[in-house]
Amino acid sequence: MVQVEFLGPIGKNPIALEAKNLKDVAKELQKDEELKKWLGECAVAVNDRLVQTLDVELKEGDRVTLLPPVCGG
Amino acid sequence: MLELYRGELDVDKIFFRWRKWGERKNYGAFITFVGTVRAENDIEALSFDVYEPILTQWFEEWQQKARAKGAYLMMAHSIGDVPVHTSSYMAAVFSPKRRVALELIDEFVEDFKANAPIWKYDVITGKRRYARERSHKIVGSGLLADT
Repeated sequence: MVQVEFLGPIGKNPIALEAKNLKDVAKELQKDEELKKWLGECAVAVNDRLVQTLDVELKEGDRVTLLPPVCGG
Repeated sequence: MLELYRGELDVDKIFFRWRKWGERKNYGAFITFVGTVRAENDIEALSFDVYEPILTQWFEEWQQKARAKGAYLMMAHSIGDVPVHTSSYMAAVFSPKRRVALELIDEFVEDFKANAPIWKYDVITGKRRYARERSHKIVGSGLLADT
């Protein structure tokens, strides 16, 4: 299982998913109507490292984090 | 150095401490940016969520860029509510001479706005509303919508 976390305004509790890679995570999250609107706007981190591709293998216990648009200051 | 505070920043105290530090380290230039919450759109305050693990990495990468130029960065930011006419953000660059500091403060503050993992909310009648229209997608956003 991997843990998926939703930061800031997404306001959703973390979920656990069976996923071998980020593509699997994408497919699962796209099934959630509520989440769909966020996916096009979110950056993605695996174990707190931002990633730029879906070609990322995942292992048991990995954390995937969704970061919606930001505005500090 | 990165500093996070619950609520508004004590700007004068932070500025004083940073300035003293820069003097001891023999930096000739010290440039600060202070972000203050403006009274507009009937807001009482702004409110912030911060994701510290990635913010720390983002900051450390900038610190390395600064060090390569002989400069040093400081930043302070608020978590939670910050009332109007108080400050939520301070950034500073120290360098031996002015040119490097003037250029770095611009690049650093602009990249902060674009990529630092911080989320802003307007607070109106005690309720938080995500400032979506003022927010910026982090570089590489949208991956999970692509399959």
